[in-house]
Amino acid sequence: MKKQSLTLDETRAMFTHVAQEMVSKQDILTQADKAIGDGDHGIGMTRGFEAVLQKLSQGHFDSVGAMLQNIGTTLLMSIGGAAGAIFGTWFRGAATSLMDKKIFDSEALAGMLTDGLSAVKDRGNAKPGDKTMVDALEPAACNATAMKGHSLEEALSAATKAAQEGLEITKNMVATMGKAKTLGKRAIGHPDPGALSTYLILSLMTEYLLSGNS
Amino acid sequence: MPRPKKILNDPKEVVPELIDGLVDAYHGKIKKLEGAGALVKTRLSKKKVGLLIGGGSGHEPLFGGFIGENMADGAACGQIFAAPSPDIILQTTRALNQGNGVLYLYGNYAGDNMNFDIAAEMAAEEGIATKTVRVWDDVASATHQNMQDRRGIAGDLLVIKIAGGVSANVKDLAEVYRVTCKARDLTRSMGVAVAAGSIPETGEPTFELPQDEIEIGMGLHGEPGVSREKMLAADTLVDRMLERLIADLPFQAGDEVCLLINDLGATTFMELLIVNRRAHQFLGAKRIKIYDTIIGSHCTCQEMSGFSITMMKLDEELKEYYDMLAASLGFSKM
Repeated sequence: MKKQSLTLDETRAMFTHVAQEMVSKQDILTQADKAIGDGDHGIGMTRGFEAVLQKLSQGHFDSVGAMLQNIGTTLLMSIGGAAGAIFGTWFRGAATSLMDKKIFDSEALAGMLTDGLSAVKDRGNAKPGDKTMVDALEPAACNATAMKGHSLEEALSAATKAAQEGLEITKNMVATMGKAKTLGKRAIGHPDPGALSTYLILSLMTEYLLSGNS
Repeated sequence: MPRPKKILNDPKEVVPELIDGLVDAYHGKIKKLEGAGALVKTRLSKKKVGLLIGGGSGHEPLFGGFIGENMADGAACGQIFAAPSPDIILQTTRALNQGNGVLYLYGNYAGDNMNFDIAAEMAAEEGIATKTVRVWDDVASATHQNMQDRRGIAGDLLVIKIAGGVSANVKDLAEVYRVTCKARDLTRSMGVAVAAGSIPETGEPTFELPQDEIEIGMGLHGEPGVSREKMLAADTLVDRMLERLIADLPFQAGDEVCLLINDLGATTFMELLIVNRRAHQFLGAKRIKIYDTIIGSHCTCQEMSGFSITMMKLDEELKEYYDMLAASLGFSKM
């Protein structure tokens, strides 16, 4: 039986899992950022998700949207830099249509990804192909929208797979935004660190769902 | 590469500790607001347009060290090499606003742009007017046509100097903005690095550079530059950098400029003087008049070894503000 949806408590447990595991990915993200940026992405994400862990353990959330908004604001205020603005904006934007939503299902996933994506694009003006996290988030949002009405498990797996493919494609791109843009062709061969974080977040959500903890 | 030897305590605490050290060095002239990273002058002149600078930490004395008399009124300082978050910027904005608004002045990086923009939107919701000037002086980081994609490097200091002067004299945000934009538009810089700096928390160098090579166009965060070459003699290097700077504005015979020779962290004053000697020779031959020379460690990237050259063309209006006395921890004009 595929998992259809998560309760609010399970949703909180899922994002707690994401936050715990993102903290442990510091070295991977640092190495990815060092290749084409200034090498601080891992430290920033660790700082952000450590703060999210604390918020999730303390806060009371009466909707999926409230939880996402809180995660977003926490990321925005604690990571700093481009990553703080982008990942904070994703989660804050993600909350837009979910302020009354009490379960996390495929519809909530689609809202989280599409509204989050549009907020990120508005803030940073990144387009697909710019070698940013948009290259992972946009295909994930498309797949999630197509899978609305299916089980959460199917929708999340499809979104994660799309994000992974998007991440792979960033390796062939020249960066046009952020600190990597001056590299030109030297950026080719390296994935975008923000796209890597986007994929990791989705894959950790999937990991939680498939682990049977829920 | 071996980890650099650094004088640190807990590497995670470098930012709060450097900020405490900065506040102590000011002997009561600046204070720290609640929440790390927000620094403001203790005494603000009435009705002054606030001059708020900021960016990632790790470039000291930029940014906090440029708060002072006829310099900035406050600084929003982020983590190492990472833009300050919007709450830090907003807190600083509130503290500086005296009814005539606040000018945001910072280097042009995606992270700074987004975080300062979010803060500006929050400030507008509270009825505080802000205007933004992004410094994009690094000619190596994008073409002339794509000026707005260029990074802000040591030119920050010269633009802050002018903005500090004009905001001390003029109580109108639009006018402070206009003159600051002019200073920005007449400023060009270029840097080179011969060895990498590192991130204090990880000890990792921000790039790898072979022993006998030099990176042209190195960014202030250790982002890779635009080309790598075998080591060059100081004079050859300076000539090539100046040729590029001069062609970009372009600076012309008869122009008056302020010249800034900036150490990126670990280059000796001796080397800066050798660079300065050649810059004076070269500009003299081009009949570009050097109105003033600034030499030192102003915009740094940890133990990165290398330097940048900045030139700002001065017209009569900018000279008036450039000539004003200024006092801050990192830069003073006597």
